[in-house]
Amino acid sequence: MSTATTTEQAHVSAAELAKLNKPTRDGKYWAGLIGTIAGMSFIVIYCILPFYWMIVSALRQPTDGRSTDFLPNPPSLANFGAVFDPRNQFGIALVNSLVVSLTTTLLTLVFGILAAYALARLRFWAKGLVLSIIIACSMFPGITLLIPLFKLFTGNYPSFPLNWMNTYQALIIPTLSFGLPLCVWNLTAFFRQLPVELEHAAMVDGCTPGQAFVKVILPLAAPGVFTTAIITFIAVWNDYMIALQFGTSPEMYTAIVAVSKFTGQYGFDTPWGTIMAAGVLITVPLLVGVLIFQRRIVAGLTAGGVK
Amino acid sequence: MAAASSAVTEKRKKNPLSDGQGTLAALLISPTMAVILFVVGIPILMSLRESVFRKDTAIDPNTGLIPEGETFVGLGNFTAIFTNPQLVPGVWGTQDRLVNAFWNTTFFTVVCVIAETILGVAMALIMAKAFKGKGLVRAAILVPWAIPTIVSARMWGLIFDGEGVMNRIVGQQILWLADGPQSQWAIIISDVWKTAPFIGLLTLAGLQTIPGEVYEAAKVDGANAWQQFTRITLPMVKPALVVAVLFRTLDTMRMFDLPMGMIGQGKYSVETISMFAYIENNALRYGAAAAYSLLLFLYIVFIAFLFVKFLGADVVGDDELKAIAEQRKRQKAAAKAAGTTPALAKSTVTSGSSSS
Amino acid sequence: MSHARTARRVLAATLSVGALLVTAACSSGTTTPSAGGSASASGTDWTKKGPITYAQGKDTSGNLKGEIDEWNAANPNEMVTFRELPDSADEQRAQMIQRGQAKSGEFTVMSVDVVWTAEFAANGWLEELPADKFPTTGYLKAAVDSATYFNKLYAYPSSSDGAFLYYRKDLLDDAGVMAAPTTWDEMKAACDKVLAKNKSMSCYAGQHQKYEGLTCNIAEAVNSAGGAFLTPDGKPAVNTDAAIAGVQWMVDAFKTGLIPKEAITWKEEESRTAFQTGKIVFLRNWPYVYNIASKDAKFKDKFAMAPLPGKTGPGVSTLGGHSFGISKFADNKGTALAFVTWMNTKENQIRRLTTASNAPVLEELYDDAALQAKFPYLKVLGDSIRAAAPRPKAVKYGDVTLAIQDATYAALQGQKDAKTAFTELQTKLEALTQG
Repeated sequence: MSTATTTEQAHVSAAELAKLNKPTRDGKYWAGLIGTIAGMSFIVIYCILPFYWMIVSALRQPTDGRSTDFLPNPPSLANFGAVFDPRNQFGIALVNSLVVSLTTTLLTLVFGILAAYALARLRFWAKGLVLSIIIACSMFPGITLLIPLFKLFTGNYPSFPLNWMNTYQALIIPTLSFGLPLCVWNLTAFFRQLPVELEHAAMVDGCTPGQAFVKVILPLAAPGVFTTAIITFIAVWNDYMIALQFGTSPEMYTAIVAVSKFTGQYGFDTPWGTIMAAGVLITVPLLVGVLIFQRRIVAGLTAGGVK
Repeated sequence: MAAASSAVTEKRKKNPLSDGQGTLAALLISPTMAVILFVVGIPILMSLRESVFRKDTAIDPNTGLIPEGETFVGLGNFTAIFTNPQLVPGVWGTQDRLVNAFWNTTFFTVVCVIAETILGVAMALIMAKAFKGKGLVRAAILVPWAIPTIVSARMWGLIFDGEGVMNRIVGQQILWLADGPQSQWAIIISDVWKTAPFIGLLTLAGLQTIPGEVYEAAKVDGANAWQQFTRITLPMVKPALVVAVLFRTLDTMRMFDLPMGMIGQGKYSVETISMFAYIENNALRYGAAAAYSLLLFLYIVFIAFLFVKFLGADVVGDDELKAIAEQRKRQKAAAKAAGTTPALAKSTVTSGSSSS
Repeated sequence: MSHARTARRVLAATLSVGALLVTAACSSGTTTPSAGGSASASGTDWTKKGPITYAQGKDTSGNLKGEIDEWNAANPNEMVTFRELPDSADEQRAQMIQRGQAKSGEFTVMSVDVVWTAEFAANGWLEELPADKFPTTGYLKAAVDSATYFNKLYAYPSSSDGAFLYYRKDLLDDAGVMAAPTTWDEMKAACDKVLAKNKSMSCYAGQHQKYEGLTCNIAEAVNSAGGAFLTPDGKPAVNTDAAIAGVQWMVDAFKTGLIPKEAITWKEEESRTAFQTGKIVFLRNWPYVYNIASKDAKFKDKFAMAPLPGKTGPGVSTLGGHSFGISKFADNKGTALAFVTWMNTKENQIRRLTTASNAPVLEELYDDAALQAKFPYLKVLGDSIRAAAPRPKAVKYGDVTLAIQDATYAALQGQKDAKTAFTELQTKLEALTQG
């Protein structure tokens, strides 16, 4: 290809002139193109292949659980049907997951935006300390926080006599602590890079600082807020340990916990197909969301994490 | 910068950083801090208290019951690794179980984070070059990230099964789910798969802020591709990359779900400190469990400190604080030279990147 | 070497920081749970009625749901709510321990594995069960023993379990082996004949992944070679010649390929699939395999069951099973008492056998002709359970079983020879069972 274009350059026709005005497509260009395409296909295959295995395993017959055929043979939707077996109460679990994830995301955002605004815009002596505490919060091994929290939530202490087992607040409040640091950190960086003059201008126009923030800064920060919301939502949706610890009755299972309790047909049976089918069902809504919003997610990351 | 220099002339207050916005700030920050205090602060304090006690284990010879109670042991739980090592055979030789978990944690963190970074950066570079199908690649890259860890652990467990598809592909029978170096690699492969894309995304975000003209100029100056990469790309994405890598490091150091869900407990080749602390708690050694989580916490804080110190991770990312610190330093130096008491710096503009 | 030294230095450095934090915490005066709360051991109220919960692992057959629904329909004021625990025994134990640790009565009745009784009882999490309210006459002695701690009953046996040798009857017949092997040597001889025609198969497998199943399997090997994990008075005895001979058999079986190499990652299901897909001739497994294999039209005539083989004669199975434990911290123990005794009626035990293939604890059921006709394996199972050896009864059972698994796994993987591994194990077990 490349040699053809170079040798024919001697006879310059109008058409070829137009071609030449385009960027030169020499060997390097094609190598680069092929490299990029190869790279892109590598990424796609790398990311999708294990997931493909999950889908294939879900589409097998329940009895072919650990088969290694690259295509389900024969394909079957029985596993997906099994997920919604009334015994599993998977529908309730999905609703719980939605309630917990949405509430947590919303609360995280409200708390996070307030805190991030203060950290980005206001001056107070403890700023460094507050930031350090918030960051340090994401350094403590989460699994070991659960045991003290469990003692607290079972109503053992006279100073905290409430039994919060199997309540939404027990699922939501601990989860907040895992979402908040990232949220505050991300949004602080975001707010900080929006020029402060914008607020000043708004205030000159008669806005209070609060109004200036809500009317000027928040809309501008929307991509960052959006990205943070999605990251938090996914993190909460995927949480297993907290949900397992505090939701022990079937009415309070989240989808992930419900999956872990799927029963096979008999003792010792691990219903691989059903688990994989449920895994697909839990992941696909996230993927659809991510697909729709991927442009915004990347935009939010671009603007937020990096200055 | 202008703000800081004008500060010198202003009237001094009791605290150079406070100018009356403190109340509002306290109000805005309190919900977050309340949540953190409640679900992180109190448990940490409870762990601290637990870590200096040891549950009594003496059995009453008549009833067989263990009288309830605990003994204050001071740092006994922390020093037990020296005084009473619990030797286990791991990949790193036979040593104390905590030390073994420490090396596993460190090994996983180092290998996973390096592999994720290299892969992630490579992915970002490819994605930045991509023109058509960018959306497809981006969406694909988010797949591993969106799959719940616990489901991913089951999925990889199925793939790495003795009769599983991985062995079918490599054409050998590697017993990934046994206990040995191969199980460590099974963990590493699945962890890298899940998180490399995330680093890739964050790096891509950083890449896209680099103006194209910079590369054009470099090309004109005759820089080759590698030089462009090391001299322009890397330094420009470094802030984003270092923070991404730091967060990944902190996360990997606390790894729990993946080895627990995929390989299982009691496998010393994949036992991390998080897992060990959890298992010790289930063995009713609450004090030791709390002590180990605190040690892990300190280890993580230490690594985070190293990141900030040597890689310049801008975690706090507050320009104002930095500017003031620098201003103070300069003023002190100037004052020293002039032989007068330094006036402390104070900013007037409420930060924002308008200054940079 | 240098690794260890740096590690120690790092740790020493972190320790000094830790010390600072500790002092800080002490002075901050946090509220702490009152240590050593008064345990009201005497005077349990066995009359209080009201709603309770029942916690156990997965209800695979759906039988439990049926039982609970039936109870709830008959006792609307004493509703039982089912708390389904995770799949693995380790996680179930973790959930129960956390309730004990937090003195939470969230689980009124718990399905306690036979090996957890000592630990739960000693820590004061289980209510002692008075003999007049919880009669055990007619129960399998081994099952009652396993629920007893310091001569007191702490849990009410609900099901028992014993292992079988499943074998490919078709292949054995084909090779001219007419009877199931009763010794390891006979099994090997049978395999030699069968494998001569079926080159791709292996001889035998059980569960050799590093988990509780390995403890069961190695205990069987030791007991079947004439050894024992514990002497009759409860002292560990794993370094006897007989015990080591048992371990050596399994080690050699791996070395010579009698057990396929990949069996080191097998649990119950992996080994069952291997058997059912024709990878192994002999399988050691629990009764549940019968139900599955006999439903497979292509496979149901190919296999048969026999007692486990041993070194010189029939082998000894490990005793399994569960009991109902009643939480010390729970309310409404009157209902718990009524529910548990109702669950153990003869009718309910038969129902659990028929629908969930749980081995009953009522001894007479094993000799019931009608049931034997329905479950051809019932007699063999009864014999297996009557002869079964319990695993060590230890308060620190978690540590004990891990030590056993460590030693076995190291021996099977060739890191240590059987004698060294089990001599070390003896030292560990002596320390663990001391008190």
